[in-house]
Amino acid sequence: MTDTRAYEGLIAETVTVQGDGGDRIYAYLARPLGAGPFPAMLLLHHIPGWDEWYKETARRYAHHGYVTICPDLYCRDGHGEPEDVAARVRAEGGAPDDRVVGDADGCIAFLRSLPYVTGKVGVMGTCSGGRHSFLVGCRSSEGVDAVVDCWGGNVVTPPDKLTERQPVAPIDYTADLAAPLLGLFGENDFSPTPEQVAEHEAALQREGKDYEFHMYPDAGHGFFYYHYPQAYAAEAAVDGWEKIWDFLARKLDG
Amino acid sequence: MCTMIAEKVQIAGSGKARDRWFPIAQTYVSYDHPFHLQREHALNLDFVNEALGTGARVAVELTPDDARALATTILRLLDEGAQAEAGRA
Repeated sequence: MTDTRAYEGLIAETVTVQGDGGDRIYAYLARPLGAGPFPAMLLLHHIPGWDEWYKETARRYAHHGYVTICPDLYCRDGHGEPEDVAARVRAEGGAPDDRVVGDADGCIAFLRSLPYVTGKVGVMGTCSGGRHSFLVGCRSSEGVDAVVDCWGGNVVTPPDKLTERQPVAPIDYTADLAAPLLGLFGENDFSPTPEQVAEHEAALQREGKDYEFHMYPDAGHGFFYYHYPQAYAAEAAVDGWEKIWDFLARKLDG
Repeated sequence: MCTMIAEKVQIAGSGKARDRWFPIAQTYVSYDHPFHLQREHALNLDFVNEALGTGARVAVELTPDDARALATTILRLLDEGAQAEAGRA
């Protein structure tokens, strides 16, 4: 609830953090002003790169009371316009999973070192970032307290699609998931398909994991992306964001 | 990487981007999310020169039908060109 009498402020800026292998990488940090302590969020960007939508989303999380960091997962692959860098990474087969998990661990440690953070940290991503968020929930050595996977593709990966950069299907790590999981998906999505989401859900049930999945009819891939009119599904997006705020309040706040 | 359908091809040519010509050294070919075309997946071509930085890039995003039609046209015109050159020889 917003109180019109309450003071509000936030600061958002580029910082550097130690990522995988001790590499210094850029990250965008957005946080509410004040002593806190605040819960924190890690945002893992999608295949189009470290772009405006992700930085805007980081500020949105800060507005909702979360210290939020969004690392440039392509920092080692070049600099320039995000989509020019992303085109290069796409041709190379995407960011290596081990490197992404290492970068995420660096960011989580950075967040927990901040005096205005409670220590509770969630992770959220869309598209490839949703897949990476699930991986972090399973493989992070720092650990997270909540995972939000928005239409992460290739969580279920056929063996012939595994590569040196993505050598293990994320679904195979399901037993290691160490945090509650919220998943948001569209029924018209090709990646992940509703059948793949159902397969993932069955694995979560088998392993007795704490999860909630929501499948939206009349929504496809990327239904939060208001800057892609063919992808944006207003009703699903509004409800999806409400589900995220509710989930995070239960898992990270207090 | 949502479809994981992408390849890099080494080529030699020239491309024009941002008011300048540059030597093309690689082409990225993918069937994946486009950046601009309003559809979930597209045939994406990125003509680049990795040695010149990420800005040395000419990007084209096509619908699958248009990409196939274009590929057919390119092959047909290459055949016509080869026949014309053979006729002069």
